[in-house]
Amino acid sequence: MSKRKVKDDHLPVGECITQVQDILRERFCRQQLPDRLEGVEAQHKHLLELLKRTAVHGESNSVLIVGPRGAGKTMLLKCVLRDLLEEKEAQKNLLQVHLNGLLQTDDRIALKEITRQLHLENVVGDKVFGSFAENLAFLLEALKKGDRSSSRPVLFVLDEFDLFAHHKNQTLLYNLFDVSQSAQAPVAVVGITCRLDVLELLEKRVKSRFSHRQIHLLSNPTFPQYLERVRTQLSLPDRFPDQEFCQDWNDGVETLCEDKSVQDVLQKHFNSSKDFRSLHMLLMLCLSRVSVSRPAIRPADLLEASRLCFTDSKANMLHGLSILELCLIIAMKHLNDVYEGEPFNLQMVHNEFKKFLQRKSNSMYNFEQPVIMKAFEHLQQLELIRPVDSTAAKTQREYQLMRLMLDHSQIMEALQKYPQCPTDVKQWAMSAFG
Amino acid sequence: MTKMLQHSGYEEERLQRVAELLPCREVQAGMLLSLMGQPQQCSYPSIFIYGHRASGKSHVMQVLLKELELPHATVSCVECVSVALLFEQVLLSFFGCDAASLLPRSPSLSDFVRIYRQHCSQTPAKQTRYIVMEKAELLRDTDANLLPALLRLQELVDDNVTIILLSEIVWDKFRPNTGCFEPLLLHFPDYSKGELQQILSQDKHPSYSAEFYSSYINILLGVFYSVCRDLRELRHLAALNFSKFCEPLAEGKVKETDTHKLWRNIEPHLKKAMQTVYLREVSSLQWEQLQQMEERECGALRGLSAHTHVELPYYSKFLLIAAYLASYNPARTDKRFFLKTCFSYKINKFVVDSRVAPTASIFSQISSLVTLQLLTKVSHDDQLDAPKYKCAVSMDFICAISRTVNFEIIKYLYDFL
Repeated sequence: MSKRKVKDDHLPVGECITQVQDILRERFCRQQLPDRLEGVEAQHKHLLELLKRTAVHGESNSVLIVGPRGAGKTMLLKCVLRDLLEEKEAQKNLLQVHLNGLLQTDDRIALKEITRQLHLENVVGDKVFGSFAENLAFLLEALKKGDRSSSRPVLFVLDEFDLFAHHKNQTLLYNLFDVSQSAQAPVAVVGITCRLDVLELLEKRVKSRFSHRQIHLLSNPTFPQYLERVRTQLSLPDRFPDQEFCQDWNDGVETLCEDKSVQDVLQKHFNSSKDFRSLHMLLMLCLSRVSVSRPAIRPADLLEASRLCFTDSKANMLHGLSILELCLIIAMKHLNDVYEGEPFNLQMVHNEFKKFLQRKSNSMYNFEQPVIMKAFEHLQQLELIRPVDSTAAKTQREYQLMRLMLDHSQIMEALQKYPQCPTDVKQWAMSAFG
Repeated sequence: MTKMLQHSGYEEERLQRVAELLPCREVQAGMLLSLMGQPQQCSYPSIFIYGHRASGKSHVMQVLLKELELPHATVSCVECVSVALLFEQVLLSFFGCDAASLLPRSPSLSDFVRIYRQHCSQTPAKQTRYIVMEKAELLRDTDANLLPALLRLQELVDDNVTIILLSEIVWDKFRPNTGCFEPLLLHFPDYSKGELQQILSQDKHPSYSAEFYSSYINILLGVFYSVCRDLRELRHLAALNFSKFCEPLAEGKVKETDTHKLWRNIEPHLKKAMQTVYLREVSSLQWEQLQQMEERECGALRGLSAHTHVELPYYSKFLLIAAYLASYNPARTDKRFFLKTCFSYKINKFVVDSRVAPTASIFSQISSLVTLQLLTKVSHDDQLDAPKYKCAVSMDFICAISRTVNFEIIKYLYDFL
């Protein structure tokens, strides 16, 4: 493939596709920061002002960013930090400590992490502190610069904030909020959480030291705004090297968004969840189908990706069961119908199955009890049935009570798709009397 | 017939070899390849692959990662009884043993992420790193923070790494309470009967023709397909029974094409296999030994469950019968049955000649019956002087035992009056 270096800068198709994949993958998988966040301008402004007051003017603050998963909380914070650090003074002075509730599961671990991120391991050395508060005060004291009487401002970011509330005595939270209330050092505490009821988790003394400032990310886009979001997410930026390809691609994306079938699919996704993350998953699945032989996203790609997203996992697993296991499931369904969801055991299921076998003349499915037991255990292993209580030792296996974790409609749907399902089995399933 | 796997990031010959090693799994391998993208591009942080046992999930992953020489760490969650083993394995595979040795004694997730970050800033990933976790359903039983943290590992360590979870349980049963980063879900469908036939026929024996072997597989599937569709089990059964299938051929009684006679020879044998080897009642070795012996000599094949009642001592058998009667007969009917010959003490009623005295050796036999799980303890652990037991054997079992001691248990059971 010859690389023609013409004056309007064309790249071969393979190279273009690679570039497209690079850019879009960064956007969908690595959560690359966009130039401008949409729909959250007010929150952005609020947070930026708050952090500027800490970084530049030395005022202490605390705030919680609350929003459902995938709403863009971390992205908002990163954008604000990027804008904040454009200011020279903030960049020079501000220290950042990033903690995560999933990693720092203990206050002791959290304190070590704070020490490490402030690069104060050597200063602390082997000192032993009486309490958490002492340790924290020592660290903040050590940040004081030579001539200034106050220490450098520190920004504490606590991701998965609700997990910190489960630590013993909430020591870390208490001390951080305490410092932010007292005039010790300019400290900004930003918590990020997905729980709306996060304030209920805080102890009274911790809650009273918190400023009760919350930024909510409960964006509620309309469907046209959602469509616009899809279009911007799929479009290539202007700085793409091959301008002609970029224009073709963006035009293709526009036609795609105007296609009726695509709009129906996107409406379905919009109705189930409006956040960025599920959108990125859908677009990632579409993107994976783009290749040199298919250099554009077509409506069929989006339909296929949507089908993958909405597929019922349990129905997929039902498809792979053997006939015997399927018959056991149908027997359980009949038991559920007759006894209105009461738990059952293997013996009851076997009896129900035997009733079916008696009606047919041939004995094709006449298996021994141990073989049926093995099929039953396989269903238990797949967690399609679960024991009612976990004390498994008291009763024999055949008499342990179980519940079916499948819905009536799931079973009927799976039966329709089951490969080469014998007609008498199907009829048994659909009959009302078992 | 094998569709070519194509991807611009990888060499064609390698992809061709991959396609040969993965029969009937080209679609899934192609899907995975397109999600993985070119080696230097980043991929989705976590992918969850689910499907039945022996549907090829681990096999496809291993073949793809090894043949295409991508940096990876494969961890089986069964082996990782503690998280330290998991962390060590990952650090060892990506950064070598000096990174793994930096882990402290009982490392936390925080230590792992810190060491990973340190090392990946020194050696950043030029190709996507993959961490494959098999039997991922066991992750639900470890610390609550491990699964959500692993799903977001790409973000936490700021590196081009992707976690791939393999499991036979569906994702809905993994989700933590407050939610987590949702992985991409990929389903590996079960093999169809035709695909099973195709894959099993690849194990053909060198001294017989391919059509002969596939007719054998056809017969095998005819017997076992309605009960079991697990590729591993079917392969095992196929390997065990092939010599028996070839026996009439070796003896010269039939020709290769005489499928009806061959079927007649093997079918009862396969049915017996379903009751024994398939249920793991006998080991494969015993099964093979059985096939060596003549049919007249073998007699009844004793499975595992047959052994238990032959070896109990005399008094233990009566204890068990008494326990069964005590457990399943209502209390008030005992007097009607056992007016002349009963002893009553707190543990259970002993229904035998009055000559038998309640000695300590009798009581010790009760505890050995509990160990054999023929009786279960239903009272609380701290009631040492009045323990209560219940009989945990089935009706067939107790009838078999009472037959060996010439005791007609049916006469004494309330339900059979």
